[in-house]
Amino acid sequence: MKAAITGVGMSDIGRNTGRAAMLHLAQAADRALARAGLTRADIDGIATYPGKAEGSPGMSPLGTGEVRAALGLQTRWHSAVPDGPAQMAPIMVAAMAVATGQARHVLCFRALTESSSQSAGRRASIPGAGKAQVGGWLSWLVPVGAMSASNWAGWMAQRYFHEFGMTREHLGMVAVGQRQFAQANPMAVMQKPLTMDDYLAARMISQPLGLFDCDIPIDGAAVVIVSAADAARDCRLPPLRIEAMGSALRSAETWDQRADLTTMGAHDAGADLWARTSVTPQDVDVLALYDGFSIFVPLWLEALGFCGHGEAKDFIAAGHIGPGGRYPVNTGGGQLSGGRLHGFGLLHEACLQLWGEADGRQVADARTAVCGMGGGFIAGAMLLQRD
Amino acid sequence: MLPLPELTAENTAFWTGGERGELMIALCDACGKAVHPPQLLCPACGSQQVAPRAMAGTGTIHTFTVNHQPWLPDMAVPFVLAVVDLDDAPGVRVTTRMIDCDPQAVRIGQRVTIAFEQSGDVWLPLWRPIAEGEAA
Ligand SMILES: [Zn+2]
Repeated sequence: MKAAITGVGMSDIGRNTGRAAMLHLAQAADRALARAGLTRADIDGIATYPGKAEGSPGMSPLGTGEVRAALGLQTRWHSAVPDGPAQMAPIMVAAMAVATGQARHVLCFRALTESSSQSAGRRASIPGAGKAQVGGWLSWLVPVGAMSASNWAGWMAQRYFHEFGMTREHLGMVAVGQRQFAQANPMAVMQKPLTMDDYLAARMISQPLGLFDCDIPIDGAAVVIVSAADAARDCRLPPLRIEAMGSALRSAETWDQRADLTTMGAHDAGADLWARTSVTPQDVDVLALYDGFSIFVPLWLEALGFCGHGEAKDFIAAGHIGPGGRYPVNTGGGQLSGGRLHGFGLLHEACLQLWGEADGRQVADARTAVCGMGGGFIAGAMLLQRD
Repeated sequence: MLPLPELTAENTAFWTGGERGELMIALCDACGKAVHPPQLLCPACGSQQVAPRAMAGTGTIHTFTVNHQPWLPDMAVPFVLAVVDLDDAPGVRVTTRMIDCDPQAVRIGQRVTIAFEQSGDVWLPLWRPIAEGEAA
């Protein structure tokens, strides 16, 4: 692979911060540039997911144009990717851009102000709310009352429970473990201890998913800098080589028609990832797995081959993914306890681990990380290595 | 009120069949494949002879969720959202709310039959449990 991650940065994320998306973005960008040892003048490409989304307050308030303008970037290449391998799409297209000489250093960003928007009563995360009509794949969900992604994830959880005997306690182990990680990460928004009793006592959202199975809307931004391999050698930190990417999708653009609803697009992308490398799951030190809902974590574990189909509940119960486990997942607290940056926060944490910067929760000599983003029919997977 | 589906050449039959009490699913005339969500081309054989046909309107719950959170100010909760395997359209599921049910008694494998409720210019399908011993 001819591309590497050379810098990551996250703003001072929080709930209802009252700070504009652009201020979060600028802070994240400056932190990423400082890590990379680059300046704004070095950035010649920019990419984001999904691009400015006017219809969903706070979900994606910034497009590439206004970020270029605000940061004074002189770019040779730009892209916003609403229809691609999940939230990882901009990082993937950036890797392809630098590999084909379109740019040398691409600033990939994700900014959200969902917390402020929801506090203002605008219900940011509910697609179609307040509209007369919806089209596309949402038209098969929202009009019949399936407005929330928690409903769609709830279907998968219910079917998985039915087929494999998973219980809420297994998902509770995911939530409790990630909260323990969050308590070692000052950037995570949820710092209060979470016990299994707390988890089980919380109110239901979309059965079998309860409050602590859902990630946390926040205000914040994260930036990932993708550089060409030769340009990466000039950066301050060892490049995190993109060893492989997986973006296969073999089922329809729906949440309910995939033949096996105990699998997701992740399973297509995961298989695609390992087909492109000699590295294996046993070589992985750190995992960053999309956890918009807790059920996605066991599904991603299976999608990436860390255990067999139906075995994730035992894998989780054996303690493999929590603090001290052999395959630690979402060591910064994930989105469940860290806050929802649509996968960018998870990747940010994996990169800190590979650079040895995850103070208080550092996995010893972490050199290989895998990241899977997306749920349902969208998925992208990436394997990173520090040489 | 919930947003309604935008009607298209592909989906109008599905959303308006309820006026006649019919659950309309697109079938390929050439190879028989059921195509849902409906589209103009058959993904199996490439035929353009894909047309909506009335189904029996019965099926088996593949999975479901009990929604407890009111996502809109006037949303009554809890309610069940069921993903149902149709009896006569292999590989096709129709997903919608359930009516006339105890949310906590719904289970995977339960038999259901279709009902319709008009909303604006569409007829929303709804699933209703088939009682033990009831013909369907
Ligand atoms: Zn056909």
